[in-house]
Amino acid sequence: MLNRMIALGLLLGMALSPVSVWAQSAPVLKSVSVNLPIGDRMFSDGANTDAINNNCVACHSADMVLNQPPFPKAVWEAEVHKMINVYKAPIDEADVAPIVAYLVQTKGENRSMQRGRSRCIAAVCRRQP
Amino acid sequence: MFDPQGVAATRRRFLGQISFAGLAITATPAWAEKMVKLPLPDGPEERPLTTDFPQKGPMILQRTRPPLLETPFEVFDRGVFTPNDQFYVRWHWAAIPNAVDVETFRLTVRGHVDKTLSLSLNDIVNGLPRVELAAVNQCSGNSRGYFLPRVAGAQWSNGAMGNAKWMGVRLKDVLDRAGVKAVAVQVRFNGLDEPVVDGAPDFMKSLDIDHARDGEVMIAYAMNGQQLPLVNGFPLRLVVPGWYSTYWVKMLSDIEVLAQPDDNFWMKTAYTIPDTPHANITPGQTGVKMVPINRMVPRSFLTNIKAGASVRAGSPTLARGIAFGGDTGVAKIDFSADGGKTWQPAKLGKDEGKYGFRQWETHFTITKKGSHSLMVRCTNSDGTAQPDTPSWNASGFMRNVVEATPVRCHGLRRADRC
Repeated sequence: MLNRMIALGLLLGMALSPVSVWAQSAPVLKSVSVNLPIGDRMFSDGANTDAINNNCVACHSADMVLNQPPFPKAVWEAEVHKMINVYKAPIDEADVAPIVAYLVQTKGENRSMQRGRSRCIAAVCRRQP
Repeated sequence: MFDPQGVAATRRRFLGQISFAGLAITATPAWAEKMVKLPLPDGPEERPLTTDFPQKGPMILQRTRPPLLETPFEVFDRGVFTPNDQFYVRWHWAAIPNAVDVETFRLTVRGHVDKTLSLSLNDIVNGLPRVELAAVNQCSGNSRGYFLPRVAGAQWSNGAMGNAKWMGVRLKDVLDRAGVKAVAVQVRFNGLDEPVVDGAPDFMKSLDIDHARDGEVMIAYAMNGQQLPLVNGFPLRLVVPGWYSTYWVKMLSDIEVLAQPDDNFWMKTAYTIPDTPHANITPGQTGVKMVPINRMVPRSFLTNIKAGASVRAGSPTLARGIAFGGDTGVAKIDFSADGGKTWQPAKLGKDEGKYGFRQWETHFTITKKGSHSLMVRCTNSDGTAQPDTPSWNASGFMRNVVEATPVRCHGLRRADRC
């Protein structure tokens, strides 16, 4: 009887997806307490660092910005306004211009970058006619 | 609000730490970090390889807070299951509880149900049928750094993905226990993470009721036989096989059955794609209908030969990699050693389940000196193959173009080395 029940259970298990693994033991879950790194690097190199440091690193570390490619000013303006309007970053309107200025100065799209981009697009075109 | 884990306290403590960090001068010197190079067009290419995160091994640091950690690509050559300590990490908001007590944690099931549930981990692990499934978890924006023109966001290379064997319970079984009312249209999922600033949209995602009850969507309490690392969603994570990771809500604590479609920011505005083939538009194109991102598409990668490598002329060279079919299994893998002019079928490795990675391998021989392009293409069980040209959209989602790896062959003279 017991065997028949186990066989029935196995059959039912096999008919269902994902695979039933009643027989397999689950790990015993243990409480966790950890420390997550804060990322205390600040924006440096240039004017307007106060504006960006005072407003931007409360919600995210600076590396997010520093790892972005160069973008035109319009893209940086849109990003700052997205942070304010969508993600509710409490940024003073007076600080918006200096923040954008910093981003354009350190991550703006200058002529050499434009050339770099054209080269990359050409490379893609060559590879994929 | 019910707050067994002290999330509010965590958030206050966290904000306190920030103001402290702003004053402290304790930045790690750059020379102390090992750097990796990601070949992103226009750069920046360098990222630190970090071991600073709890329960994690070496990870590519895209952002410290909230964490964006990428899996170093060589990990994918070691097998189809991505180790937990190198599984990629992606959070939206920085108020993440740094402690979870397994005794007091509760998963709430509420909304349009017959009976509101408050389930302990013991109720879930020992009170419901246990299931296991291999599935790829991939960020919607995996490989965003290769979009041209570039788009803002996490500048991932190809390592915002991983495959694990997930163990847990069926979402269907949990919903059945609560009793879903006939008016239900969607189910919304929320985790313990919270926005740092008041009024910002809490991260929540929803699935249609039929999808939520398909018997495949899971609530996982283990990955690869172990409890989840905290930054991968301990203690519970939603697993949505074949769908992008945005739906795989981490630290899942609240399930709400809705009687109307969810219009929260993370469903209606964020994580939407153009309703066009391959989610492709022309840069600058406007007026396109947008829909929530959903099923994954096939991808494949070469994992044992790096870009710029030299290969031996005239003798067979092993090419090996991984592939996944997206929302279904891998049907075949084709390989090209001549930039896509000719293709040869690759041999597929063990099938661990249609939603997981599948290893592939083949041998190729190059005889001509010069530059060559190695390509790999996955066709899934529905007959969908990776496209030859990259698509583009403003969010940098769903890249799945056939990948090309440039290699060099210098000629036959010098001891037959290329």
